[in-house]
Amino acid sequence: MPYPAAPLQMPERFRGYPVVSTPTGTAECHDASAECPYGAFTATGGGCLDMGKCLFCAECPAGNIQFTTDYQLAVTGREQLLVRPGSEHHHARPLSPDLLRMFGRSLKFREVSAGGCNACEADTNVLSTIGWDLGRFGIQFVASPRHADGLWITGPASKNMAQALLTTYEAIPAPKIVVACGACAINGGPYIDSPQVCNGADNLIPVDLYIPGCPPHPATILDGLLRILDRLR
Amino acid sequence: MNNSLRILYNGSAVPWAEIPLVDSGQFLQSILDATGHGWRVVSYFGIPARAEIPLVCVLADKVESRLAVVRTVADDNRFPSIASLCPQVQLFEREIAEQCGLLFDDHPWFKPVRFHHPFLAGRDAWNRPAGEPLRVGVMDYFQVAGDEVHEVAVGPVHAGIIEPGHFRFQCHGEEVFHLEISLGYQHRGIEADLLGGPHPRTLQHMETAAGDTTIGHGQAHCMIMESLAGVKVPPRAEVLRGIALELERLANHTGDLGAIAGDVGYLPTASFCGRIRGDFLNMTAVLCGSRFGRGLLTPGGTIFDLTSAQRDDLLKRLADARRDLTDAVDLIWSTPSVMGRLEGTGELSQELALELGLVGPAARACGIKRDVRHDHPFGIFRMTHLPVATAFHGDVCSRTMIRWQEAQKSMDFIEEQLRQLPGGGHRTKASPCRGQHLAVALTEGWRGEICHVAITDDSGRFARYKVVDPSFHNWQGLAMALREQQISDFPLCNKSFNLSYCGFDL
Repeated sequence: MPYPAAPLQMPERFRGYPVVSTPTGTAECHDASAECPYGAFTATGGGCLDMGKCLFCAECPAGNIQFTTDYQLAVTGREQLLVRPGSEHHHARPLSPDLLRMFGRSLKFREVSAGGCNACEADTNVLSTIGWDLGRFGIQFVASPRHADGLWITGPASKNMAQALLTTYEAIPAPKIVVACGACAINGGPYIDSPQVCNGADNLIPVDLYIPGCPPHPATILDGLLRILDRLR
Repeated sequence: MNNSLRILYNGSAVPWAEIPLVDSGQFLQSILDATGHGWRVVSYFGIPARAEIPLVCVLADKVESRLAVVRTVADDNRFPSIASLCPQVQLFEREIAEQCGLLFDDHPWFKPVRFHHPFLAGRDAWNRPAGEPLRVGVMDYFQVAGDEVHEVAVGPVHAGIIEPGHFRFQCHGEEVFHLEISLGYQHRGIEADLLGGPHPRTLQHMETAAGDTTIGHGQAHCMIMESLAGVKVPPRAEVLRGIALELERLANHTGDLGAIAGDVGYLPTASFCGRIRGDFLNMTAVLCGSRFGRGLLTPGGTIFDLTSAQRDDLLKRLADARRDLTDAVDLIWSTPSVMGRLEGTGELSQELALELGLVGPAARACGIKRDVRHDHPFGIFRMTHLPVATAFHGDVCSRTMIRWQEAQKSMDFIEEQLRQLPGGGHRTKASPCRGQHLAVALTEGWRGEICHVAITDDSGRFARYKVVDPSFHNWQGLAMALREQQISDFPLCNKSFNLSYCGFDL
């Protein structure tokens, strides 16, 4: 595929970057009792949507939210996932120059699914197929953490996988980066505050790249990767 | 059949009071009698309670398309196991023990299933202390002793981008004597969360119970909600759901066909199928914006309709994908070195598959004609009948062949349905669930039979909601298929089953 030289065509009904509008009058006001079951939307201060918690539901029960077909959602700071009326659309920033020198042409990840539903895993996997051909950017998923430059996390970090996740992280030689792929890995996703999960990777290890979505579209994932490698601006 | 059973049909609800309450002896005898007559256990579970745990078993008879419910109460903290007489219940009994704290006497394989604390604190079947975290995967594994026997342990973190699980092989050289699979790493507490539901999160939890089976589980859940509320789904929605279910099957079967080719080092089919799988996922995204079908289904119908432009787009995409997939898969059958690796590898006998209660393509590959779309038709499959494909050798080759045959039938089905899409609405208003009812919904996901059962309390809330993913029935089948195989064939055998970890772990 010609991407990133040519833009990608997203499906008409794809739910991407959200637009949060300020309620304009009583007629348009939402039912006050309706709220996001995942705590992604807060009405105070004109409204704020946390893309890290948002599942991009087809029928948003909270707020005046419209989803555009813009798939570029990945960011490098957790607070940049907060979308307010008229707020700046943040993108992932390039790695620091020393990390870029090391990983810029060859970046290897060890993936750990920690309570994932196999959707984030599947759409991460698809990047390595011939259609997307992740290898052309020097990015690859490897079998051993010892061969990896970073940890790729999917799933809400289930309690039963927390130990294995930390052990894998420790087994990766420093310096290393961490990618939280999908709503679960960012903040617990559909399972936020369940007693069986740790509400995402952030609570266990420092995260360098956040990729929102449930699951993120492969284009969203690739956009984030190319931006941290400074191949897309 | 005796009168301790209440007969019902797929996608229906019956008043709880109409299910006869029998004593434990009659309860177990009913299960043994029914399974002896060719019925299957599709669900068997307890309702968590401090004392006197109610037990419910749902059985299925494919000959008459009937389902039956039987119930009892375990008045002690012990209950007799029938796993030795009826192996298909062995995992259900262990699950009840872990969730409700009921001890099963004389269970041949009494081990935790998912390594979580019981739903109600204080009744742990293994006397594990309530306050302490559990050590997942720590249990007594079956071991083979002998001078030249060695053990290989793999997981929970595997080499590829796949979900976690722990596998213990007892090997003699390259030969596997025994494989034991221990799961639970993906446990998210879905069933415990469902108590007192439906909640605002319930639909998304069902869509992500096994995320690659969003439509399969989503539709089962919608059927439960619709039968409890007495809501009829418009024909147009039934067709859209059917199309989405078959697209899900196509995407996953295509992925599996490619991955099986990849595991024997045959890259042409692996590469083509990797891309074509995406073509099917993108067709689902035309329906609802999500490649995995998130946000398509809702109790009462579908959230999205299909425009005629989208229908034409899908027909064109389908024709292209069919041509590409046919070419890619034909390469398998015409390459002797590939066939040589698939034939005779990971064989499972029909007897064993029947005893273990296998479902889906894994069962059909053993010559068992078992398919919910055919045996207990639901939705659009009540009107349109899909032929059931079977094979006879129970090996990797049969499981590969089944996928291709099913893929062709699914493509025929989608094309036919798109061309005769009924008019009218695609959604009726959902209404609240009736109280004191039990509802059963079965669907045929791409891995096989999905079963959801709900029991409501006086106010129509879930006193219990039980989910059975096809993987729950099938993991033991993979373990048995590995016996007397080379350990190096494990990835290939595993891929030919391609079971769900999260669907099992819930």
